[in-house]
Amino acid sequence: MNEHVKNPNAAPRTLPRESATFDQHTLAEIRRAAATGIYDIRGAGAKRKLPHFDDLLMLGASISRYPLEGYREKCGTDVVLGTRFAKKPIELKIPITIAGMSFGSLSGPAKEALGRGASQMGTSTTTGDGGMTQEERGHSKTLVYQYLPSRYGMNPDDIRKADAIEVVVGQGAKPGGGGMLLGQKISPRVAKMRTLPEGIDQRSACRHPDWTGPDDLEIKIEELREITDWEKPIYVKVGASRPYYDTALAVKAGADVVVVDGMQGGTAATQEVFIEHVGIPTLACIRNAVKALQDLGMHRKVQLIVSGGIRNGADVAKALALGADAVAIGTAALVALGDNDPQWEDEYQKLGTHAGAYDDWHEGLDPAGITTQNAELMKRVDPVKAGRRLANYLSVMTLEAQTIARACGKSHVHNLEPEDLVALTIEAAAMAQVPLAGTNWIPGQTGSF
Amino acid sequence: MNASTQSHAFDLSSSTVRELNSALHALKEGSNASLWRVTNPRGLHAIAAGVDAPVTVEVDGPVGYYCGGMNKHATIHIRGSAGVGVAQNMMSGFVHIEGDASQAAGATAHGGTLLIEGNAAARCGISMKGVDIIVKGSIGHMSAFMAQAGTLTVFGDAGEALGDSIYEARLYVRGSVKSLGSDCVEKEMRDEHKAQLFERFKTAGVDGQIDPGEFKRYGSARNLYHFHVDNAGAY
Ligand SMILES: Cc1cc2nc3c(=O)[nH]c(=O)nc-3n(C[C@H](O)[C@H](O)[C@H](O)COP(=O)(O)O)c2cc1C
Repeated sequence: MNEHVKNPNAAPRTLPRESATFDQHTLAEIRRAAATGIYDIRGAGAKRKLPHFDDLLMLGASISRYPLEGYREKCGTDVVLGTRFAKKPIELKIPITIAGMSFGSLSGPAKEALGRGASQMGTSTTTGDGGMTQEERGHSKTLVYQYLPSRYGMNPDDIRKADAIEVVVGQGAKPGGGGMLLGQKISPRVAKMRTLPEGIDQRSACRHPDWTGPDDLEIKIEELREITDWEKPIYVKVGASRPYYDTALAVKAGADVVVVDGMQGGTAATQEVFIEHVGIPTLACIRNAVKALQDLGMHRKVQLIVSGGIRNGADVAKALALGADAVAIGTAALVALGDNDPQWEDEYQKLGTHAGAYDDWHEGLDPAGITTQNAELMKRVDPVKAGRRLANYLSVMTLEAQTIARACGKSHVHNLEPEDLVALTIEAAAMAQVPLAGTNWIPGQTGSF
Repeated sequence: MNASTQSHAFDLSSSTVRELNSALHALKEGSNASLWRVTNPRGLHAIAAGVDAPVTVEVDGPVGYYCGGMNKHATIHIRGSAGVGVAQNMMSGFVHIEGDASQAAGATAHGGTLLIEGNAAARCGISMKGVDIIVKGSIGHMSAFMAQAGTLTVFGDAGEALGDSIYEARLYVRGSVKSLGSDCVEKEMRDEHKAQLFERFKTAGVDGQIDPGEFKRYGSARNLYHFHVDNAGAY
C-alpha cells in the first residue's frame, strides 16, 4: 500500500513504475544471460501475442446465402494429397494431419499414441528428425517420412515403407535453423538410430548436405521419385518467411504438396531468440502461399498444408477458408496426449514452472512422459488411452469445422472461401487480406474506411 | 547360361532413366540378371538410384546428380565423372568412379565403399554415417563436415576446414590439409589405424605400393560434444 493512502497527510509522490520495455521477463532474461553466458533454449512455439485466427470471424449464412442443416446435410471433410505426380496419393478422412515430431524429442509411447489416434480418425502422422520407429510405423496407417538435412536414420527401406516423403527445408519456429537435441535425451536407442555417441548435445545441420537452391531441389525430388518409383507423394515443408516465393519454388521443383509452418509452430528445442524473432505469423503466410499456387494455376492441384498454432475447429475452418487444403498440428496434439496437464502440477512446480507454461521439452524431464527418453517417465503415457484422447480431440475439431462450414452454407469444408471471412483488427485484415468487419476495407488493397 | 554372365544392355539415348531404374528395382533376390551395361548416360540424374540387389551396373560415361543414391548391395562402376551427391546415403555395396566427383560425394552414406579415382569437390563425405570413402586425388573444402562415422581416405590434399564439427569418423590424408575445421584435430596413427588404411589400399588396388606411414589421421577433439559457454565461438 502506498505511503499516501496510509498517511493522507504525506506529500504526494510518484508510484514505483515498471518499464514496458524492461519488463520483469526481460530483466530476468538479462540476469540469466549474465549469470550463465548461454542463450535460453526451450520447446514450444512463439509465446508472444500475434495476429492469429482469433482475429478473424466467419460470416454465417443470411438472406443471400442459405445454411446447411446441422445434422442432416452432408458436409465433407476428406482430402486427397499428392494428386500431381504421385501414383499413390494419400486419402485422408479429415483435413487435420499430425505434424512431424521426432522420435528422440518424443518418447516411443507418445509416438505410438499419435499413430493410434490419427489412424482412428483416418489421418496421417509424420516422422521427424531421427528416423522411423516401429512404434509409429506399426500404429500409423498413413505415415509421412521426413527427409531432413541431418538424414539421421535415413534409409531406403524406411522410405519404401512410408506413404509419403516430406522434404524439410525449414520449420516455422526456426526458419533457417537446424535442430538440436540435448544430451539428456540421447539415450542408447536414440544415439544408435542417429549414429551418434550417447549423451552428447547433438546439433543437426540447417542446410541439406547435397543440395542448395531451387534448381538442385528439383533434381533431389526427381531422385526421391526415382527411388520410390514415382509412387509416393512428395511434400516440401518450409518455415514461413517468404511464403509466396517458397511456395512458387517448391511447385517449380516438383512438389506434390507444400507445407507452410508459421512462427507460432512448435519445436522440440530451439533458442528462444529464434522462436520469438524469426519468421512470420501463420495468418500472414496463407494468402501469399495460395496466391503463388493460383498464379501458377496450381491451387488445389498442388495441395497446401498450413501449420503453426492450430488449436480448434475454428482455426481449421479459417485456414481452409483462406485457401489451405489441410492443416497440421504439433503442440495441440501433444496437449491432447497429456502434455502440460494440471494433474502433474506438483512436479511442474519442482521444475520451477507450472502446468500450462512448461516448455523445457529439451531437458527430457517431462512429467507427462511425452517429451522424454526417461524409461520411468514415459510409462506415464498409455498409448491406447492417449491415442483415444487424440482421436476424440481430432473428432471435435472436425465437428467444429463442419459446424462453421454448414453455417456458411458449404457442403464440403473445402468450399469455404475468403469471402466467408472478416477481420477484427486492421493487422489481421491486412495479413489475411479480408475486410475489416463492418467495412469493405482490406488494408493495402481495397476501398477505404 | 551361367548366372554371373547374364547381362543387359541399356542405352540411355533411346530409353529413359525411369525405365532403367524400374528394371533395376524389379530385380528380386537371386535374380540372374547380374550385369547391366548402361551407355550414353550423358550426365543424366539419378542413374541407378535406389537399387536394392547385388547386381553390377557399368555406366559408360559421365553421370549427373545422385548416381547410385541410397544404394544397397549393388556395385556401380562409372567410366567417367560423377555429378553432385554420388552415392548419397548409400547403405551398402560399392560405387567406383573412374573420373572426378562433384560436391557432396558420399553425403550421409551409412555403409558400403565409394572409390573415386580422380578428385572430389567440396563437401566430400559430408555428414557421412559409416561409409568408407577413398579418393585417389584431392578433396575440396568443408569435406567430412559433421562426419559421424566411417572413414575418408585421401591420397592427395584436402581443402579448407576439413572435418568441421566432426563426430566419430576417421579421416586419413596423405598430402597437405589447407586447414582443419572446428573441433577437428590431428591424431596419432596407431597400428590399428595403419591396418585399417591397409584395407583401404587393397580396395583401391594400391596395397604394397604406398606406406600407410605417409598418411596423417584426423578426428574429433570432442570439445563440442557438449554446449559450453567457453566454446561459443566455435559453433
Ligand atoms: C516436440 C516437437 C518436435 C518437432 N520436431 C520436428 C521435426 O523433427 N521436424 C519438423 O519438420 N518439425 C518438427 N516440429 C514442428 C512441427 O512439425 C510443426 O511444424 C509444428 O509443431 C506446428 O505448430 P504447432 O505446434 O503450433 O501445431 C516439432 C514440433 C514439436 C512440438
